[in-house]
Amino acid sequence: MATLNDKSLHHALPQNPQRRDLLKNAGGLALGFAFGPGLLFKVFDARACEDGLRANAWVHFRPDNSIGIMCPTAEMGQGIMTSLPLMLAEELDADWELVDVEQAPAAKDYINPGYFGVQGVGGSNSTRGYWTIMRLAGAQARKIMIANAAQYWKVPAGECTTAQGKVVHAESKRELSYGEIAVFSEVVNNPPLVTENELKPREQWRLIGRDVRRVDVPAKVNGSAQYGIDVQIPGMLFASLARSPIANTPHPLYGTGAENGPVSFDDTEAMKVQGVVKVVKLDHAVAVLGTDYWATVKAKRLLKVEWRKGELASKYDSEAKKTEWVALARDRSKTGRAVGNAGDFNAAFKQAAQTLSAEYLTDHVHHACMEPFNATAWVRGKEVDVWVPTQGQTWAQQVCAKITGVPAEEIRINTTFVGGGYGAKTEQLMTAEAVTLSKLMNKPVKVIWSREDDVKHGAYRPLTAQRMDAAMAADGKVMGWSHRLVADSVLVRARKVVWDQNPGLDGSVAVGMVQPYGVPNKHHEYVHQLGGVPVGYWNAVGNGFTIFAVESFMDEVAAKIKKDPLQLRIELMTDIRGKAVLEQLRKVSEWDRKRADGRALGVAYNHGGAWNCQIGEVVEVSLDRASGAIKVHKVWAVADPGTAIQPKHLRQQLETGIIWGMSAGLREQIVIKGGEVQHSNFYDYPVPRMDEMPEIEIHLVEGAHGQVSGAGQIGVAPMAPAIANAVFKLTGVRLRELPMLPVRVKTALNEQAVKTA
Amino acid sequence: MAQMTSTTLTVNGKRQTVTAHPDTPLLWVLREHLKITGTKYGCGVGQCGACTVHIDGKAAFSCLRPIASLANVHVTTIEGLSPTSEHPLQKAWIAEETPQCGYCQSGQIMRAAALLKDNPKPTREQIVAHMKTNICRCGSYRRIIAAIERAAKEG
Repeated sequence: MATLNDKSLHHALPQNPQRRDLLKNAGGLALGFAFGPGLLFKVFDARACEDGLRANAWVHFRPDNSIGIMCPTAEMGQGIMTSLPLMLAEELDADWELVDVEQAPAAKDYINPGYFGVQGVGGSNSTRGYWTIMRLAGAQARKIMIANAAQYWKVPAGECTTAQGKVVHAESKRELSYGEIAVFSEVVNNPPLVTENELKPREQWRLIGRDVRRVDVPAKVNGSAQYGIDVQIPGMLFASLARSPIANTPHPLYGTGAENGPVSFDDTEAMKVQGVVKVVKLDHAVAVLGTDYWATVKAKRLLKVEWRKGELASKYDSEAKKTEWVALARDRSKTGRAVGNAGDFNAAFKQAAQTLSAEYLTDHVHHACMEPFNATAWVRGKEVDVWVPTQGQTWAQQVCAKITGVPAEEIRINTTFVGGGYGAKTEQLMTAEAVTLSKLMNKPVKVIWSREDDVKHGAYRPLTAQRMDAAMAADGKVMGWSHRLVADSVLVRARKVVWDQNPGLDGSVAVGMVQPYGVPNKHHEYVHQLGGVPVGYWNAVGNGFTIFAVESFMDEVAAKIKKDPLQLRIELMTDIRGKAVLEQLRKVSEWDRKRADGRALGVAYNHGGAWNCQIGEVVEVSLDRASGAIKVHKVWAVADPGTAIQPKHLRQQLETGIIWGMSAGLREQIVIKGGEVQHSNFYDYPVPRMDEMPEIEIHLVEGAHGQVSGAGQIGVAPMAPAIANAVFKLTGVRLRELPMLPVRVKTALNEQAVKTA
Repeated sequence: MAQMTSTTLTVNGKRQTVTAHPDTPLLWVLREHLKITGTKYGCGVGQCGACTVHIDGKAAFSCLRPIASLANVHVTTIEGLSPTSEHPLQKAWIAEETPQCGYCQSGQIMRAAALLKDNPKPTREQIVAHMKTNICRCGSYRRIIAAIERAAKEG
């Protein structure tokens, strides 16, 4: 099986040789590539380049026949460190057993043309963004191997072929391994470039679509896997930061956090703690630096800090915000940005024989990655090294450049394993803190956030209020559909440069509003409101709340027109893949079979939009009426990811999504009062444990032949509405607020009891 | 307690003397004094289990154990579970491809190792009851169960 080259995760540690030296010493051939979206611009001999470029090889053939392949993005559990190099290996016709994977450094050569044009991982973009270019690179490298062997044998290249790591000339029964070729091989200038139509037909795939072992797993069972928090630099200082009582997570490219930052501090007691070196006021926090980590933790507790209270943030109350924003959602005179509209909803509503309205609310939720934010930096003049578990190397470079004045491309971002990302680790505040403090102290500094820091200063999924309206003809035919979403924007805070190009619209928040249900008159509108507390990318971001509204309301419509909710979806579905998913789901969940007393099924669907992956989920639930607690017993999911590069990894990702969706549906909630987060740690922000796992059955179908998708987040969103729909089937009570906390369920049950009494 | 003191203990078979604030959790002694970083920080309050090690053979949250209380104890971390990473649980963890982000898995394996030591053939219910102290945010729980059952079977 392919392995992990774990030197690549330590490559810039000062006590280790630099990567370029590793390449030089190892000999062989190193190839670099330049890409645009879906196409290859250039291939070059990475040995022949200046030192600075030497590091930017994509594939390295060594004389011992081993082949190093770069993984451009960070591994955070999604299996990308296996699946991207595997695409290249497939076209290269490499022997997978002899491949080792290296973590690529931060450099423009590794950017994902499909993801904001940056090197980073998010939006389920890695597979889609790198799919074509990784295979083109592999095919190009194979061509170079063939050309060199043919020249060596003095035979036409067209007579040569490849077989698992070697070039074969069948006629003369000669063969050369890639390692043998690497020793003498040359790359001609500007060779003809491989195009997409030269890639292997699917029938010839040996690796894609067949499960291989994940390369990152062995290091993760013996403690050797290096996460950001594990980085050790000789002589480094530690830093613990005292943070504002108000949620204060500025994005360092666009804000300072000074509005909620320290006015003054008293470090008299803190400085008495042995091991503390210095206390420093930053814009957003007060940092305690020391030679001993625990000393900084102790001293932080002894600091006395007076804090500013930001105008906007200190007035933010999440309960009140829902009430305020649902009024806006209801008020059609408050206009926002329309998304994917069709027909004339207003006319349809006027002509409707029957109408239906409902309002949905969702609270903030938090990532609670197992590895809290951390970063280590060593700034020494123009030399800037940063070790950070990040989803965004390019953004980390930009942040460091802003602080140090060193050009972004010269900042060395050393990517480590990421102990859970889910969008949180696109954030860069920890990077900024480490670099600022290292520059100030002229020493390496490791910043470690406490769990409490992590919970109280996250980048939460936006809180939302949504208003749905439907217009039906006398026979129940759905003629009009309106969806108004009121929420803060992630872009306005974390990608201001993107927001400014198209203000008022945030695709990551509005995502999921437009679903392929055949309703002639459709209106979707996103009304942005600035909240003042940090909101960010969460697993599936907007999908988590928009699909809750869409798929709950679809059930409400079905109840109103007395249709089976799954049948209604199938009838309205205009997407052929979506229809197949739902029909398969009906079958595998035995939707039409009556369940035991006290149990009921609910269904929800998610088209997935640009992810190009569709999913339907059915849940079987029961309810403890005394406590209001909902239990999910079983989940059936049918997903159409197109081609599954690694089916087993894909199932893991879907399962993670299902569990996150269940958890966000039932219990995850960040309450904010006066800008202050009312939670601290896992005891008051509980996440699912082993005893709460439902049975999960996942079925994959392939409706889009030959296409790939981003499947990392697709599983999340349908869970909450499927659960709400199942509870409705069980009790006749409609739950319209996330999370569906037991206390909320009981209130809803009591309201129903009063109504029916 | 603003001054440091010295404590001697055995970690993975090696005697170590560390100088630290007496209330320093074992977790941070392991990670930042001894640079044994397989044991992870997750919560600091005994809620998540990422820091699970064995103290005198019993599973313990290293984030809750001040160093001053640990004179002369024997600590085993994930690095010391097997010299060759071939503990039956480690083999089973690889066979089931249990880890995703992997951050919690040292703690999960150490917790599971304590279970199998006392109860080599646990039932599914016993596994769940024992393991629910440890959080996996990726939700790899079903593969953790499968790996423990495999290790119990294959030894």
